[in-house]
Amino acid sequence: MAAPMLRGCCLARRGALACVDGGSRHGRGAAIGCRSSGKRGQSSVAQQPLITAQKSGKGEHKWAAVVGLEIHAQISSNSKLFSGSQVQFAAPPNSLVSFFDASLPGTLPVLNRRCVEAAVMTGLALKCHINKKSLFDRKHYFYADLPAGYQITQQRLPIAVNGSLEYSVCVGKKRSQVITRTARIKQIQLEQDSGKSLHDELRSQTLIDLNRAGVGLLEVVLEPDMSCGEEAATAVRELQLILQALGTSQANMAEGQLRVDANISVHHPGEPLGVRTEVKNLNSARFLARAIDSEIERQINELENGREILNETRSFDCKLGCTIPMRDKEGKQDYRFMPEPNLPPLLLYDTASLPPGADPQQVINIDRIREQLPELPSETREQLVQQYGMLPEHSFTILNEVGLLEFFQNVIKETRAEPKKVTSWILNNFLGFLKQQNLAVNESPVTPSALAELLNLLDRKAISSSAAKQVFEELWRSKGKTPSQIVSEKQLELMQDGEALDQVCLAVMEEHPQVVLAMKRGNPRAINKLIGLVRKATLSRADPTVIKEILEKKLSS
Amino acid sequence: MLGRTLREVSAALKQGQITPTELCQKCLSLIKKTKFLNAYITVSEEIALKQAEESEKRYKKGHSLGDLDGIPIAVKDNFSTSGIETTCASNMLKGYVPPYNATVVQKLLDQGAVLMGKTNLDEFAMGSGSTDGVFGPVKNPWSYSKQYREKTKHKARGENEDSNWLITGGSSGGSAAAVATFTCFAALGSDTGGSTRNPAAHCGVVGFKPSYGLVSRHGLIPLVNSMDVPGILTRCVDDAAIVLGMLAGHDPKDSTTVQDPVKPFTLPSLTDVSKLCIGIPKEYLTPELSSEVQSLWSKAANLFESEGAKVIEVSLPHTSYSIVCYHVLCTSEVASNMARFDGLEYGHRCDIDVSTEAMYAATRREGFNDVVRGRILSGNFFLLKENYENYFIKAQKVRRLIANDFVNVFNSGVDVLLTPTTLSEAVPYQEFIKEDNRTRSAQDDIFTQAVNMAGLPAVSVPVALSNQGLPVGLQFIGRAFHDQQLLTVAKWFEKQVQFPVTQLQELMDDCSSVFEIEKLASVSLKQ
Repeated sequence: MAAPMLRGCCLARRGALACVDGGSRHGRGAAIGCRSSGKRGQSSVAQQPLITAQKSGKGEHKWAAVVGLEIHAQISSNSKLFSGSQVQFAAPPNSLVSFFDASLPGTLPVLNRRCVEAAVMTGLALKCHINKKSLFDRKHYFYADLPAGYQITQQRLPIAVNGSLEYSVCVGKKRSQVITRTARIKQIQLEQDSGKSLHDELRSQTLIDLNRAGVGLLEVVLEPDMSCGEEAATAVRELQLILQALGTSQANMAEGQLRVDANISVHHPGEPLGVRTEVKNLNSARFLARAIDSEIERQINELENGREILNETRSFDCKLGCTIPMRDKEGKQDYRFMPEPNLPPLLLYDTASLPPGADPQQVINIDRIREQLPELPSETREQLVQQYGMLPEHSFTILNEVGLLEFFQNVIKETRAEPKKVTSWILNNFLGFLKQQNLAVNESPVTPSALAELLNLLDRKAISSSAAKQVFEELWRSKGKTPSQIVSEKQLELMQDGEALDQVCLAVMEEHPQVVLAMKRGNPRAINKLIGLVRKATLSRADPTVIKEILEKKLSS
Repeated sequence: MLGRTLREVSAALKQGQITPTELCQKCLSLIKKTKFLNAYITVSEEIALKQAEESEKRYKKGHSLGDLDGIPIAVKDNFSTSGIETTCASNMLKGYVPPYNATVVQKLLDQGAVLMGKTNLDEFAMGSGSTDGVFGPVKNPWSYSKQYREKTKHKARGENEDSNWLITGGSSGGSAAAVATFTCFAALGSDTGGSTRNPAAHCGVVGFKPSYGLVSRHGLIPLVNSMDVPGILTRCVDDAAIVLGMLAGHDPKDSTTVQDPVKPFTLPSLTDVSKLCIGIPKEYLTPELSSEVQSLWSKAANLFESEGAKVIEVSLPHTSYSIVCYHVLCTSEVASNMARFDGLEYGHRCDIDVSTEAMYAATRREGFNDVVRGRILSGNFFLLKENYENYFIKAQKVRRLIANDFVNVFNSGVDVLLTPTTLSEAVPYQEFIKEDNRTRSAQDDIFTQAVNMAGLPAVSVPVALSNQGLPVGLQFIGRAFHDQQLLTVAKWFEKQVQFPVTQLQELMDDCSSVFEIEKLASVSLKQ
């Protein structure tokens, strides 16, 4: 099925394919971010932080940026939206293509029930109104990876409308203040994904892979309620977490399961909105915020220099770090929308409107799906704060890192250590190590059980906290060993023998009469010096508090 | 044997009077003799003989699959047939061999039917003459019948006889000609604005358009998805009912098919029509209607009345808007449906390779004829953002009014409507091509096309020969999903009129066995 084809003027469209992010962690700190004062309301809609252009030629012009998003999330389902072909990432090219996907004449779409349920569930989680009747439309454009020459979408009457997405941004000097914001959701629509064009520059041809053609997408349209790259990136991240919690999309940006287009404009507050551009294919979490901020910056610069913003489609060049116009979108597209005649209206029911005697296999009950809604990320975070006394910003970190929540919960399950201790260890030591080695949680050589065991040793004072850190580092290096094994091999266990410690203390005091003297004269730092010396003598195996007790007893006697 | 109906030949097969292979061979030889009619694009001889052989084995074991086992059929070349080229009579699909069977084709094969081949049509079924396909026009077998020749002898003198041949009507002209020349016992057509009924009327066979949604469209290469239905062409109404019984019902591959299961049925023989109410739509009495057809129409109405049926004049007030409304809806869907033919995945691809766009343009220019390209152009115009409201939306509203006209008439107590199928009998090709495809389609679909807007069942039944010795058909229109009732009335009518069989002896002198049954008009509606 690989259809070799000459490349024409359509190069730019999929150009962004090359700069795919390696992971799903996104960077912080936008060039012209929304460093808001923190005085904003707890929940704010469309409040624009004021941005001063970096090259403000004409005095103190304040600019506000307005950002709206269109997010495409691949529905997690076994088969495609309108055909029985399997959905699978990185399968051999054109191995998952049904006759319908290849648009063989005479084939017809058959709607996948799972995709509809995923759309309803996502709509409910995002507080949308679910339309009990929705319609499918054809959107026409010629492109080599769109075999039918049109995409089946929901333009006139989508499955869900009028929802909202709450997300939180950290502000303040230490970014420790959490502020909730809301982006309104205009609509969620079901639509088909396109195939992929692979441009072979050397042989000057394009190869088409239709594996992705016809995979179900949820298009989530966010109103222009965001004002900078970071807000947009945070909103996208929150949506990603929600989709993953629902299981409606794997929402892995690196695998193209979540793709973002941004509509961006700038204006002076109080004045009408500016001309907007659309930045397409923001397919990497890492570049999302940067792309938006660089486009805001570009628009401000254009306007400050007396130029105009064109209503155009642009793409982000991650090498140049700025947006560039897309060549194939220069002409105005008329998509010639038309009702899809081969699909009857999509009808949904609730318990009240369910026709009597309806076959449960044939109808979809919205109330039934509502009952199946799992815990959402905001609820999980609330739970973490309530149950474990976690700081809100820590609850965000725990959820934002893929797999970290599960890791945390598994450690908690197996350890007697205080939850706060667990949180601290995971966020500081564990996460720090991961970042340092550029690993994902599931790639960690330290298992939750190992960390739990280590924390248990610490908790029952079998080792000191500095020894614990040593053990932790050792766990990282020598896979397969348990913390206890490492402790005994390295003889890191605390001296439980009181008499022996007593002897060591005595010996140290005798060796350092000046320090003892200084202490007796009332120098408060002297005892710390002695404690340090004793610890050194015990190879850090003694508990400093116990040492302190012994020393004090000896000195006062 | 070939002149028999499907039901008769089915009985003969069961009784062992003839074997499926013998039957298949007879049909194949007739196909060869009538090749000049251009009814078939592809004759699937090998496959047919193999299927016949398998059928024969089943009969020998006494495991016949039913009424269709061993019965030669033909399928219009816009239905996908696995392993058999499916061209839509277009350069675009020359050489395209589908990897799957249309649901209707599969159902027929599952019943043991023997596929003789793929029949000719207008390119992508766009036309009303079967004259605009890339494989050339279909010739109406009646051009060569004894009946027509005798009547037109005086005219033909001095002229080249061959240039005087008649069109079959269309777009399913190949299927109609195939059934009319006894090369098969039933054929599939497609019907979007009359494409099954129109050629049926011109070729003197029964042409049935089922209710929209009763028969699967999966595998039918679409013209207008919201109006297309697979059509059935046979030599009598009973045969159409048998085939419908095999095809009707839900198809999981076509979401627009009925959900409820459809039970197989046989048509009852009506003896009493006194409880029937026949509606005669006054708007169908147009100035263009030939006086001959008009007179046959009123005689048919009189026949019902004389047998006790209630015959009333009814009004379908929006009929006159149907053609222009159809033009907008049809071309819009055509523009959309044809977008997939870009030379990438299948079908024709040009040699130009400077850019993707240039390749698309040249491929589509080379692949489609003027009619198809013209419709694509108009359709895209109607779908433009600035025109959508003014054309497409309005046409949809008018479509609703047209459909409501029918609902109102049927709600007033009418059981079936009786109308002409065509304005006149078939015209000579030379005459037909004086007007362009668009004009002809607009004229010829006038009585058939509103039915597709409303999704209703309709059947054209041959009623009598015109003064020129050519067949004339009348159309019955039924309520949605009352296909059985419609066919029952049509069957009664068919029995009364006793339409004569084509006499093609001069043409095929050694095929006299074909014409062993020569019906005589008992109640003649002839003038």
